[in-house]
Amino acid sequence: MKSSPLLIAAALLAAGALLPAGAAAQNRDRLVIGMQLEPPHLDPTAGAAAAIDEVTYSNLFESLTRIDARGEVVPGLAESWEVSPDGLTYTFKLRPGVKYHDGTGFDSADVKFALDRARGADSVNAQKGYFSAIGSVETPGPLTVAVTLTRPDGQFLFNMGSNDAAIVAPETAATNRQRPVGTGPFRFDRWVSGDRVVLARNPDFRDPAVPKLGEVVFRFISDPAAQLNAVRSGDVDAFPNIGATESLPVLEADRSFTVTVGTTEGETVLALNNARKPFDDVRVRRALAHAVNRQDVIDGAMFGYGTPIGSHFAPHRAGYVDLTGLYPHDPAKARALLAEAGYPDGIDAVIRLPPPVYARRGGEIIAAQLAGAGIRLRIEPMEWAPWLEQVFRGRDFDMTIVSHVEPLDIDIYDRPDYYFGYRSDRFGAVMDELSRTVEPDRRAALYGDAQRILAEDSVNVFLFQLPKAGVHKAGLTGLWENSPVPANDVTAVSWK
Amino acid sequence: MTGFLARRLVGLGLTLFLASLVVFAVLEVLPGDPALLMLGVDARPDTLAALRAQMGLDRPVPVRYLAWIGGLLGGDMGVSHTYGVPVGDLVRDRLAVTVPLAALAILLSTAVALPLGMAAASRRGRPADYAVMAFSQLGVAIPNFWFGILLVLWLSVGLGWFDAGGFPGWSTGIGPALKALALPAFTLGLTEAAILARITRAAILDSLGEDYVRTARAKGLGPGAVMRRHVLRNALIPITTIVGLQFAFLLGGAIVVENVFFLPGLGRLLFQAISQRDLIVVKDVVMVMAALVVAVNLIVDVLYAVIDPRPKALP
Repeated sequence: MKSSPLLIAAALLAAGALLPAGAAAQNRDRLVIGMQLEPPHLDPTAGAAAAIDEVTYSNLFESLTRIDARGEVVPGLAESWEVSPDGLTYTFKLRPGVKYHDGTGFDSADVKFALDRARGADSVNAQKGYFSAIGSVETPGPLTVAVTLTRPDGQFLFNMGSNDAAIVAPETAATNRQRPVGTGPFRFDRWVSGDRVVLARNPDFRDPAVPKLGEVVFRFISDPAAQLNAVRSGDVDAFPNIGATESLPVLEADRSFTVTVGTTEGETVLALNNARKPFDDVRVRRALAHAVNRQDVIDGAMFGYGTPIGSHFAPHRAGYVDLTGLYPHDPAKARALLAEAGYPDGIDAVIRLPPPVYARRGGEIIAAQLAGAGIRLRIEPMEWAPWLEQVFRGRDFDMTIVSHVEPLDIDIYDRPDYYFGYRSDRFGAVMDELSRTVEPDRRAALYGDAQRILAEDSVNVFLFQLPKAGVHKAGLTGLWENSPVPANDVTAVSWK
Repeated sequence: MTGFLARRLVGLGLTLFLASLVVFAVLEVLPGDPALLMLGVDARPDTLAALRAQMGLDRPVPVRYLAWIGGLLGGDMGVSHTYGVPVGDLVRDRLAVTVPLAALAILLSTAVALPLGMAAASRRGRPADYAVMAFSQLGVAIPNFWFGILLVLWLSVGLGWFDAGGFPGWSTGIGPALKALALPAFTLGLTEAAILARITRAAILDSLGEDYVRTARAKGLGPGAVMRRHVLRNALIPITTIVGLQFAFLLGGAIVVENVFFLPGLGRLLFQAISQRDLIVVKDVVMVMAALVVAVNLIVDVLYAVIDPRPKALP
C-alpha cells in the first residue's frame, strides 16, 4: 500500500495541532543536561575539575554530610552526628541499609578507608587540606565512626559534605575513574568518550521515592553557539551553567524555556602582585580600585549577569558584608592617590589574561578604564597552561583576572606563598581564630572582619561573583539555582 | 612494483621517525605543567609532587622519549594523563567517528563533483558550465563552519529533523550514528565537492585537448566512449591526487566542523589534549594522523600505477 502524500500531510497537521511545538513526545523519565566541559574522569576524590562534581555529586557518590541547594549542611551517609564540647571529636551515626552499586554493603570501615586514603601520603586528592586536621578515624561499631581532630576546624562538617570527601569502597576505589561505584540514587551506565555520560536509576536505592528520573544524560558542548543550538533544537533539556551568556535574552523571551540566574562560589578578581612594585603600595592598589567601574565590567563582559563584590566573599553566604561602596568609581581620586604614592605620571603595567570570556573581555574593559586614571596596561592573552605556570606558580605578573571558584576560599590570602604575594599578620590572626571557632555567629563575625581587612588593604580589585546562568525547558523542576558547591544534583529533579 | 613499494615503505618509516622527533621536541619546550593543570589553583606542593611522580614527569628527557617510542613500536600508546585510560582506546573511539565522517564527506563530494565537472567540461562556455563554476566558486568561498551553523539553524532548530550535534556512539545502531554524521558530512562535503568539481573540469579539459583524443575521435568513437575510455582515465590522475589530499585533510582538519556539531572526533581530541597539556595524547594523536596521511599518500601512489600502468621512471 502506498501512503498518499495527502494522508501524510494530514497526519502531520493533526500531530502539529495536538502537540505544541517543542513539547512533542517529551520523555518524562529522561533528562538531558548540557555541560561546557567533559570531566576527565569520574572519581571526585582524585581531581580538581569541577566537571567531575557536576556529574557525580549526590547523583553517584555520597559523603558523610551533604550540602543542599542553599549551601546548608544536611545529613548524608551519616544520619546524625555529635560534636564533643572541645570541638575535637565528631561521632557520626551512619545510615543503615546502604549499598554500593555493585551490591556490596556500606559500613564504618568504608568511611575509615575513604578518609584515611584522602589524607594519606600518596593521596592525589585535590582538596587534601580538608582532611589535614584529622588526627584519627575510629570505628567503634559498624554504623559508628569517630573522627578526632588535632585542632578545631569550624569548616569540617561542610568540607565532609564535599565531593572530595565522597565515601568510596576499598574494592572499587582504584577503578572509580572509569567505572565509578558509589552509593547514590543513580548508577553509572556508559560513557561515550567526548560526547556524553549516561547515568541510570539505581533500583536498589534505600529510598524508593528517589530518584524521580530513570535516566540522566550529561552532554558536553563547549562551543557557545553550539550550546544555544542544542537548547533551541531540544537536544538538551537543561543547560544549568551555560557559556553562551549573550544568548540568554533570546531564550528568556521564549516561553518554552525558563532562564535562571543564581550565584556560584566564584569570586572574580583583578588580582594584583602585592609583592612587586608599584603594587606593594596600598595607595596604588586603592587607586586601582577607584579607577575600575565594576558595573561596566559586568555589563560589558558578562552581559549584565553577575553580582558586584567588594571583598573576597560570596554574597549568598552567612557573614557576608557589603563593601562595594568602599572605593567608588572616581578616576580623579585614583590619579591623586597615584601622585601621592610617587607616580604623578601614572604607571605602566602588563595584565596577563587567561582564556575565559570574563577575563578576556573584562581585561579589555578594565584596561580602558585604567587608562582614564593614567594607568597604561599592555594586554597579554594567555592559555591556561602557561598562565598556571607563569602567573600562578611563577608569580611573574603585574595583574591578571581570574575567578576563584572553591567554596569559602578566603583563607588563600593567609597562604604564605600564594600568588598574590599578600602578607598580613592582622588577617592571619583572624584566620587563626576562625579555624578554632565552631560557633556559627562568632564565625560569621570573624568572616566579616576578614573581608574588611582585605578590602581595606585593597589586596586585589574585587570585581563580581561569577553568575550561574542557566536555562531549562519549562516544566522541569528541582534543579539547583545556585552553586554552593559544583554540582548538578538531579536527585530531586522531575518533569511537571 | 616491489622495489617501488619497498622504497616507499622505507621513506614512510623515516618520515614517521622524523615526525616523532619533532613532536617530542616541540612538546618539551611548550610551557605548562600537566600536573598543575590537573590540580588547579588550589594545588598544594606535596600533592603536586605525588601526581608528577605518578605521571612519570620526573624522569629525564631521553628516557621519556625512548619509553614513548618503545611503547609505540610495541603497540602500547601509553595512558592519557587527564582521562587515565589507555590512549589506544581513546584514539580508537575517536577514529570511529572521524574516519566514517571523512569517508562520507569524500563519498558525497565525489558523487557530486565528478558528474558536475564532467558536465561542465563537455559543455564548456555554455550555461551549464557557468552554473557549475558558480557553484564551485560559492562552495569554496563559504566557510564550512558557517554553512554548518546554517544547516543546524534550518534543519535542527527550525524543522527538528536532525539533532543539532553530538554522536550517540555506534552501539546505538547504524541508523542513529549515520543520522548524527549526516549534517557534518554534508557540510564538509560541500567545500570538497566545490574544489573537486573545479579540478575535474580542468583535468578533463586538459585531456580533451590531447592528441590521443583527436585520434580516438578520428577512429570514429562516439563522444561517450571517448570520454570513458580515454579522457576520464587520464583525468583520473589529478583527481585521485586531490581526493587523496582531501581525505588526509579531513582526517585532521575537520576540527572546526567537529566543534560546530560537537562531534567527538580525532581533531577535537587533539585540540582538547593540547589545551589540557595531555602530552602523551598529543604525541600519539599527531603520530596517528601522520601515519594516516602517509598511508593515504602511499595508496594514491599505488593507484597511479594502477590507473596508468605505462612503465616510467619512478620518483
